[in-house]
Amino acid sequence: MSETTLEEARDGAVAIVGRTPWQITRSRLRRDHVTLVAMGFAVFFVLLAAMAPLLTAWKALDPYTSHTNLVGGLGSLPLGFWGGVSGQHWMGVEPGTGRDLFSRVVNGLTVSLLVAVCAALLSVTLGTVIGLISGTAGGKIDWLFSRVIDFVLSFPQTLMLIALSTIVIDILKAALHVERTPASMVFMILVMGFFGWPSFARIIRGQVLSLKEREFVEAARSLGAGRWRIYFKELLPHLWAPILVYSTLIMPQNIATEAALGFLGVGIQAPTPSFGSILNDSVHYANADPAYFIFPGVTLFLVVLSFNLVGDGFRDALDPKADRQ
Amino acid sequence: MFYYIVRRLLSVVVMLFLITGTTYLLFFAGPEDPARYTCARNCTPAILEGNRKALGYDQPVYVQYGKFISGLFVGRDFPDNAQLRADHPEQVVHCPAPCLGYSPTQNRTINTIVASAWPVSISIAIGAFAIWMILGVGGGVIAALNRGRWPDRIIVGSALIGFSLPTFFIGLVLLTFPAIKWGWLPIPHYVSFFENPFDWAHNLVLPWLTLACIFAASYVRLTRAYMIETMSEDYIRTAQAKGQTRWRIILRHGLRAALTPIVTAAGLDLGGLLGGAIITESVFSMHGLGWTAVNSVTVMDLPVIVSMVLIVSTFIVIANMLVDIAYGFIDPRVKLVG
Repeated sequence: MSETTLEEARDGAVAIVGRTPWQITRSRLRRDHVTLVAMGFAVFFVLLAAMAPLLTAWKALDPYTSHTNLVGGLGSLPLGFWGGVSGQHWMGVEPGTGRDLFSRVVNGLTVSLLVAVCAALLSVTLGTVIGLISGTAGGKIDWLFSRVIDFVLSFPQTLMLIALSTIVIDILKAALHVERTPASMVFMILVMGFFGWPSFARIIRGQVLSLKEREFVEAARSLGAGRWRIYFKELLPHLWAPILVYSTLIMPQNIATEAALGFLGVGIQAPTPSFGSILNDSVHYANADPAYFIFPGVTLFLVVLSFNLVGDGFRDALDPKADRQ
Repeated sequence: MFYYIVRRLLSVVVMLFLITGTTYLLFFAGPEDPARYTCARNCTPAILEGNRKALGYDQPVYVQYGKFISGLFVGRDFPDNAQLRADHPEQVVHCPAPCLGYSPTQNRTINTIVASAWPVSISIAIGAFAIWMILGVGGGVIAALNRGRWPDRIIVGSALIGFSLPTFFIGLVLLTFPAIKWGWLPIPHYVSFFENPFDWAHNLVLPWLTLACIFAASYVRLTRAYMIETMSEDYIRTAQAKGQTRWRIILRHGLRAALTPIVTAAGLDLGGLLGGAIITESVFSMHGLGWTAVNSVTVMDLPVIVSMVLIVSTFIVIANMLVDIAYGFIDPRVKLVG
């Protein structure tokens, strides 16, 4: 609504002001209340995840102490309403041990977000570099990279993650001299990151193909700019919009994939809390104590939803073809 | 057109060859001894050695790979020993072409495993496909036609929610509440369609809904976007100016054009699912290809893992090819040049 109409401009009531793309994006985002609220949630989740180790150290969160007095009966189910929800235990307690579920979910959020962010960084970096090179170089290099992209995309991602976990985690354990948990975190980052780059490289390549015909690239080249300068100084600044959108949209995917793999029992495993490991454990109690999977599941859903909404909002706000209404 | 199809077929063959080679290398050339997982409790070095011989793990990887490929075309014997076959035919398992291999943990050929698992996966995929196409495309069209008004907001909002709900979480909720706690629907187990079509569908409702949810949501978004785009084209205005009815314009002019990219996406998604819906099958313990894959990972049955990767990749590659060729038929603007 704030855009100047022709009539207003002709009347001289409002002067036409040139606006940078960044200003347009910002003003669009400011009017998009859904995205703003989602952004609030996403920032909250990220801060919570970042604070979790501190909160645990300060004893505000306690994911490891058992409260056997809070569980009882056959199968040591939580006592009380909905998995033992109380002022002390906001999401109730874990069946069996009576550990505080909220603390475990928040600590799990840290692990899940860390894995998701690192994998997203890996995919986006690989995708950007390969897309840039492929699009600018053209010819044989472009053909080769395009075939590699087709090849990687022909593998079923979830199935490969599951299948590779059998051998790669053991290799990583031996190579890095670490326990199973860090090894499986590194595995998730590497493999999710690896299967994430090809589709993004395609997007970047497409953008570069149209960008490289523009005059400023021609100008840079005629001034004697080298190949790498053209890649990173001339072209890269024009690609931040797809990079930002893709990074936000791949995050929820990675979070959901980590959870799904943990659920299947091949990702990060107990006792380390992550969405995957908590939900994998909760399956055994799905019937007796549904609250144990509902609370982490709903939290996971909210995290994924808020990131999806932010990504959608960014995409709409950055789309030059979007409606100017 | 003919040359295009031939060329595409050739590239499919090359691609499948590369995929099988890579997968085989990944799983059989690693530092792990594949024979280690062939006998569980009553293992002795002698049995281990016997298994290693019978399954061909004592040979170099390229020889194993060669046998695997030739088995796909002419079949194989386990153990591959003509003498033994002549003397004791009951000790040799014959696996007819296309032979995928032999599962040491289930003690049967992978072909028989696939034969029993595949109907389950196909049943789940097809039912879910029907549900998500009806909901997704229907919802997308309604949303696009009511753009910005409340039906659009409701549909787009629920699509976002459906898109963000993890599949296994929907599955767990549907399994726990309507099936186990409230008893509205049976706890799913597979009944063959040819035995009892009603039981087949009744048992599969929950897996269908679980799998369809995330796809329906993304098809709503896809259809809505394409529909909005085509409905603002000039030829739609021309059709309106000619005085055609609203529904004819929507269906014959709008949806017809928007359908091309939707069919593409649908073909690729269905192709991927024919190889098994891993999470849905695992939640409901439906013993399809996806469940088989997860199970073979837990028991480290390498030949089965490799076969599952191959089957799904084959579906993906072939679906890709079919979609490319179908483009030439659906969209008259696309010319396939060899």
